[in-house]
Amino acid sequence: MPALVDVQGLVKHFPGERALLGLGRPRAVVRAVDDVSFAIAPGETLGLVGESGCGKSTVGRAILRLIEPDAGRVTIDGQDVVALGARPLRALRRRMQIVFQDPYGSLNPRMTVRQMLAEPLAIHRIASGADAQRRIAALLEEVGLDPSFAQSYAHELSGGQRQRVGIARALSVEPHFLVLDEPVSALDVSIQAQVLNLLAELQRGRRLTYLFIAHDLAVVRHIADHVAVMYLGKIVERAPAPALYAGPRHPYTTSLLSAVPVPDPKAQRQRIVLAGDVPSPAHPPPGCPFHPRCPHPKKDARCRTEPPALREVAPGQLAACHFAEQPL
Amino acid sequence: MSVWTWLTLGGAAVLALAVVAELRRRLQTSAPGRRFFRHPTAALGLFVLAFFVTIALAAPVVAPYPPYYQIDIGHPNRPPSAQFLLGTDPFSRDVWSRLVYGARVSLGIGTLAMLVAATVGTAVGAVSGYFRRWVDATLMRLVDVGLAMPRIFVLLMAVALWEHIALWALVLLIGLTGWFGTSRLVRAEVLSLREREFVAAARALGAGAGRVIFRHVLPNAAAPIIVSGALGIGNMMLLEAGLSFLGLGVPSPAPSWGNMIADGWHKMAVAWWSSTFPGLAISLVVMALNAVGDALRDALDPRREAA
Amino acid sequence: MTEPLLRVRDLKTYFVTEQGSGTARAVDGVSFEVQPGETLGIVGESGCGKTVTSLSILRLIPEPPGHIRPGSVIEFEGRNLLTLEPRELRAIRGNQIAMIFQEPMTSLNPVFTVGDQIAEAAIVHQGLSRRVARTRAIDMLRLVGIADPEERVDHYPHQMSGGMRQRVMIGMALVCHPKLLIADEPTTALDVTIQAQILELLDRLQAELGMAVMLITHDLGVVAGSADRVAVMYAGQVVEQAPTAALFARPLHPYTEGLLASVPRLDAPPAREHGRLHSIPGQVPAATAWPDGCRFHPRCPYAWERCRAEMPPLLDAGGEGEPGTHTVRCWLLTEPRRRTPHP
Ligand SMILES: Nc1ncnc2c1ncn2[C@@H]1O[C@H](COP(=O)(O)OP(=O)(O)OP(=O)(O)O)[C@@H](O)[C@H]1O
Ligand SMILES: Nc1ncnc2c1ncn2[C@@H]1O[C@H](COP(=O)(O)OP(=O)(O)OP(=O)(O)O)[C@@H](O)[C@H]1O
Ligand code: SF4
Ligand SMILES: [Mg+2]
Ligand SMILES: [Mg+2]
Repeated sequence: MPALVDVQGLVKHFPGERALLGLGRPRAVVRAVDDVSFAIAPGETLGLVGESGCGKSTVGRAILRLIEPDAGRVTIDGQDVVALGARPLRALRRRMQIVFQDPYGSLNPRMTVRQMLAEPLAIHRIASGADAQRRIAALLEEVGLDPSFAQSYAHELSGGQRQRVGIARALSVEPHFLVLDEPVSALDVSIQAQVLNLLAELQRGRRLTYLFIAHDLAVVRHIADHVAVMYLGKIVERAPAPALYAGPRHPYTTSLLSAVPVPDPKAQRQRIVLAGDVPSPAHPPPGCPFHPRCPHPKKDARCRTEPPALREVAPGQLAACHFAEQPL
Repeated sequence: MSVWTWLTLGGAAVLALAVVAELRRRLQTSAPGRRFFRHPTAALGLFVLAFFVTIALAAPVVAPYPPYYQIDIGHPNRPPSAQFLLGTDPFSRDVWSRLVYGARVSLGIGTLAMLVAATVGTAVGAVSGYFRRWVDATLMRLVDVGLAMPRIFVLLMAVALWEHIALWALVLLIGLTGWFGTSRLVRAEVLSLREREFVAAARALGAGAGRVIFRHVLPNAAAPIIVSGALGIGNMMLLEAGLSFLGLGVPSPAPSWGNMIADGWHKMAVAWWSSTFPGLAISLVVMALNAVGDALRDALDPRREAA
Repeated sequence: MTEPLLRVRDLKTYFVTEQGSGTARAVDGVSFEVQPGETLGIVGESGCGKTVTSLSILRLIPEPPGHIRPGSVIEFEGRNLLTLEPRELRAIRGNQIAMIFQEPMTSLNPVFTVGDQIAEAAIVHQGLSRRVARTRAIDMLRLVGIADPEERVDHYPHQMSGGMRQRVMIGMALVCHPKLLIADEPTTALDVTIQAQILELLDRLQAELGMAVMLITHDLGVVAGSADRVAVMYAGQVVEQAPTAALFARPLHPYTEGLLASVPRLDAPPAREHGRLHSIPGQVPAATAWPDGCRFHPRCPYAWERCRAEMPPLLDAGGEGEPGTHTVRCWLLTEPRRRTPHP
């Protein structure tokens, strides 16, 4: 099946601001996203995981052109997103949408839920008047909110309710592809499951394609068909979810998996505790970006000098490690 | 005559009190409203403003004499008395009546000039902050120049070249030289708002620049604009008064508080009242505006929402 | 049983809210004990009163708007902290009981070096000279695993990463060798790999220094790995308390049960053969309007009339150990056959 979303060689660097009120030396360029490629088949979910600052949100925003990518090709629904002019891009926005991490910051505090849901309908001339009201009520019902919430302002809603409004707003234009940028990270534990179930149902009902960004590997395992692991702006491992969780090939993936706390006192596994901190993407280490923290016993001079390529190690499973054949 | 003067004066005061009391009652239900009235001088400031606005609006009723009427050319500079509440000026005109009509001019010019400044400043700031890059660089250089410019001096030059300046031109001049600060403020606000996720969400939904600016960014920047506007009116009034005092603003015989001070100035020794009362009026109103602006800042600052 | 190090009994901390929307009963009748050397995990969702509980123990509640209600008891080594003079209290705070806060970014002072901040407590409580305290600060940095402590001691907080700042906070808390460390979500703001480092560090330090730890978190995984006993909080109350193994093996309160079932986990068979996750319906109530009766009843699948009418007390659940080791605030314990969900 041809992919619905195809990303090739995506690059986004943020220029360093000058320190000291614009007089100092310019800071180093932040390589937020450095040559990222993946594809998502229609109706499937790609989970994108990695630690804070590794560039996950930047990938999500760049493929929707909410920020301009520096290089790379992004195809969504057969259209080249990067080359699109302003007007066709706005038309394409009907097919691709985004739900944000912060349910408090992503809703306009001065608008009611009704106004927020009516706006996209007006922008794309999808519906107006009574028809729009009917659609708004249906949307609210679909995301599990009482229609009476249409009158509410964001600050009158709980975190889970706000996130539902954010999802309803994204769905209002009937997109095919949704970027979910950490949609449950800010929610209470007992509310996360509600929203995850809702997202799964919507995906089945509407045949949606998801890019699901998260830092929680357990959540990603629950929802994703394929998983890509990012470290310092690069994808270090990409595989079908069952393969990745059963047999991670990159030492970073292995460490990440072992660091997730498991809510079972009997099943406390041996944690691999990585030394040091996540380096800054402004100064990525040479060679393999993971080498200063890598616990792999075979780690050698090659790791410090030669950047490993992302290559297929097992059928469908790609890893960027010189020793991917001998995983931890 | 004098009974009527007292009656209207008292009536205006009572009306102003009623306005403040009613506002207080209505706003008490909202948290920002309560914060507003918690400011120690907010209610007093509001009262002073309401009082002057009332007499300005009802000037023909409140003023015992027409503002230009020279009562008795032979006996100018009469001291305050039951008949002439605040005395008469060197041209034998009733100071109270002129003060009342002057309120129209002074408050009106201050408010209108501020509206001009706020509109231009908001537009420039919003465009600059939203589009950034060269648009921002160009506009902000312009603002830098504007802020560095000695405003009084430029106004003096412009007005001096322009004999008998029309009121609307004066309003425009004061307004158009007073928006630079507002534009900086709005730009800073817009720069931070445009990074907020709800703005990204609007863009992701396909909203164009105009919609994003007017529906999403500016409504959320309203609070600081309003506060700076309230604080700015006082400045505009002082500027107008200064120009009028120098004889370059509102042309005589039309009464403005500034030229009233000028009219009485050289007779200060024998008739202190004809300059002092308009001066007091300006001071009172400016202080009241500052108090109200300050209280608005308390009320609208969302960081206080949590407390 | 030995004398507990800390005993909290019927702690009630209320806040009078400004909006006039009533009193927030943030902590409402909480009781627990911490034995010397053990780790007590306190879990619960945002707003359930975890931070207010720990601040109450150190009497750091801002008054007003908050106040600790009369009748509450907080005993540390047999002394009631609530009746101590401020001077006596200061001698305990930071010395015998230390606390690390939720936000590593904002709880360090940006204008002092980390060395000065660590040394401060040692100077105040133990009367060390500046020079000795500095050596002590370097030792603490080494203890919490910061490389080049001699150099780092003169760095400012902004020169350090989030994980390092949290280590500095831990160093500050431990400099006087406290008997009790209160760690309020020490890893919530951190990445998984850094979280693993910090938890490992806390485990090691506890073993080395023999102190008791109150580990506050919302992550059941974190308590499962680190705590000896767990208290689950909901809506300002402890709803279940048990030894860690018992709690995870036999969760009895419907909230604990629901919480455990609703988190996706790495060790369970993948639910993505697209089963739904179990989910607790409804939302967390506000502290100004806890529901009547059992506070969990609007979200509870088993609730019946009694739950709506009467607040359940902490009931003994039996099981291993002496009575009172596993307690649950739920009427189901009196009528176990009702443990079948309504349709
Ligand atoms: N507008 C920007 N200007 C400069 N640098 C930026 C900008 N946006 C992001 N960055 C930098 O790019 C890197 C990647 O950021 P990004 O937000 O994509 O990370 P993330 O993986 O989504 O992290 P998180 O889990 O914290 O959301 C970070 O180092 C960040 O500081
Ligand atoms: N200063 C305060 N004034 C009013 N209410 C307060 C204050 N501090 C806390 N509260 C209320 O007390 C309740 C408990 O808050 P607390 O900070 O203890 O929650 P928590 O369990 O630590 O949550 P989190 O996981 O978000 O840190 C909350 O509902 C909060 O609104
Ligand atoms: S007391 Fe009732 S409502 Fe409360 S948890 Fe137990 S069964 Fe549920
Ligand atoms: Mg992000
Ligand atoms: Mg807390």
